[in-house]
Amino acid sequence: MDFIKRTPSLPAVLFLLFLFTLIVSVFSTGGGGDLISTSMVKTLGKTLCLCLAAIALDLVWGYCGILSLGHMAFFALGGYLIGMWLMFERTKNIVMEAATSQPLPLTPQELSDAIGNQIFGVVGGSDIPAIWFFADSLVVQLILVVAVPGLLALVFGWLAFRSRVTGVYLSILTQAMTLALSLYLFQNDSGLRGNNGLSGLQNIPGLGHVPQSILSLWFLWASALALGLGYLLASRIMDLKFGSVIRGIRDDEARLRFLGYEVEHYKLLVFTLTAVMAAIAGALYYPQAGIVNPAEMAPIASIYLAVWVAIGGRGRLYGAVIGAAAVSLASTWFTGGQAPDLPLGFYTIQWVDWWQVLLGLGFVLVTLFAPQGLAGLVDGIFRKGDSK
Amino acid sequence: MSTLLEVSGVTVTFDGFRAINNLSFQIGKAEMRAVIGPNGAGKTTFMDIITGKTKPDEGRILWGDRSENLLKMTEAQIANAGVGRKFQRPTVFEAQTVTENLRMALKRPRSPFSVLRHRPDAQEKADIEALAEEIGLKDHLEKQSGYLSHGQKQWLEIGMLLAQDPQLLLVDEPAAGMTAPEREHTTDLLVRTAKTRAVVVVEHDMEFVRRLNCKVTVLHEGSVLAEGSLDHVTSNQDVIDVYLGR
Repeated sequence: MDFIKRTPSLPAVLFLLFLFTLIVSVFSTGGGGDLISTSMVKTLGKTLCLCLAAIALDLVWGYCGILSLGHMAFFALGGYLIGMWLMFERTKNIVMEAATSQPLPLTPQELSDAIGNQIFGVVGGSDIPAIWFFADSLVVQLILVVAVPGLLALVFGWLAFRSRVTGVYLSILTQAMTLALSLYLFQNDSGLRGNNGLSGLQNIPGLGHVPQSILSLWFLWASALALGLGYLLASRIMDLKFGSVIRGIRDDEARLRFLGYEVEHYKLLVFTLTAVMAAIAGALYYPQAGIVNPAEMAPIASIYLAVWVAIGGRGRLYGAVIGAAAVSLASTWFTGGQAPDLPLGFYTIQWVDWWQVLLGLGFVLVTLFAPQGLAGLVDGIFRKGDSK
Repeated sequence: MSTLLEVSGVTVTFDGFRAINNLSFQIGKAEMRAVIGPNGAGKTTFMDIITGKTKPDEGRILWGDRSENLLKMTEAQIANAGVGRKFQRPTVFEAQTVTENLRMALKRPRSPFSVLRHRPDAQEKADIEALAEEIGLKDHLEKQSGYLSHGQKQWLEIGMLLAQDPQLLLVDEPAAGMTAPEREHTTDLLVRTAKTRAVVVVEHDMEFVRRLNCKVTVLHEGSVLAEGSLDHVTSNQDVIDVYLGR
């Protein structure tokens, strides 16, 4: 197929992803090996989700030229929406189980009160807020994972693009949206447990008998599948004439208008589509993380995402994947206390404190010496190979 | 001859400066027109207004048989109605190949969802090759257009203009940076195009205008100073004053 020929990175990435998943599975605790702990499997599964979010940002920023500082908000929102089902259903199961020892079965009102108390006691409430109306339906919450962030992106994008807000002003606007959303969720009466967020998400209702070592593998596979499909979809779309137009918007949107393209409609479509992609990534990430809270959607998270894509090399899908994987794993390593301290005699560098400095330095170095990002270096190697 | 575009009493002010001052202009369906004028006469602003980039403070612009109001349309709607524009500085998508540039310009449905469904077909391939032949880029179809020479970029942009199949072509200094044979080819192409469409050429080069052999509109300080054949306008005392200084 011509498409594969024009996109040599696609089979390579899919193959490496498959190989990676296979190796991790075989050597994990759940897979019978003993080399990779369950928490490591979760970290790797989460990393795959972050890679998917990075692809979403790369599409909207690297290809379409819109630097969104709001995509991690959509990511966290996806986590919240799946988290509502996870938490509600599990609490309901616990309450029902406890009630089996009672002589009388619970009335619906008693059940609802008990669940409300369990979930919202921490923010001093016991009523179940209206936004939890569908929380006991997995199907509806899964639809909402796509619909709510998608709708938010659609409305926000429509207002912003229609007014022809572009460049750094648009970035600031997306950041304001992110901040507003995060501040709103920090409130106890937001209906989503304020700064406590939703927790216990690693326990999947109805799968209580499955050990975490196995569950972690299932999520790893689901994340790998989502990343693979996301990569395939993104490279396919960008290979079409549609991709041509999207790159055209990045390079000269006024010119495209004079060619008869309603640039705003395209931007809106890409912005919304990638918001949904980020939300799906988030819905897979948070059950592995176990907890989602408003701090997760603070603007800094979206800025990190942009840094990963920039370090990896924007405008290249594998760049986004390399950047997100490399930097987020390095970050886990350095801030997790595993990195050995670096004694300088007069001062000892402790990476937990110094990691951010290192990251900043890395960002500056990449910007100066590899403006195309790490993926640009990969490209360079392959191009050299070609000319020989 | 029926009118394709009618601009009447248009005025544009930028921070108190009247870039276009009560300008009126008409062009027929198959007509060539050269627009000349000294720097700052408002030639580019004039094109910006017709293509919807700049909204005038006053006046009206009517388009086509049904006298549609161009002022109520977006840039993209105006382009789709049949107004094509070639910029003075060649503006092509340099990161993309000649084929991709032409494909984007080809007259096909422009909405995001129809473009998503678009797949290259034989008809499109033939159209692109025919255009490439016309603009002399047949051997460079897969070349990234950023690597083309200045003249080739000019040609590519002319090709993109033709690909849109517009009824009105607004062409800003088409011959800039071209060699003598290329200029001849350009003149040829424009004259041929003007047999079926309206072509407005903005040009500084009098020799080039003379070769187009068409009606000339002289702009000065945002309004029409004189209109008629080249000989007629060049013998006009006002025009001589403006061009040669007072």
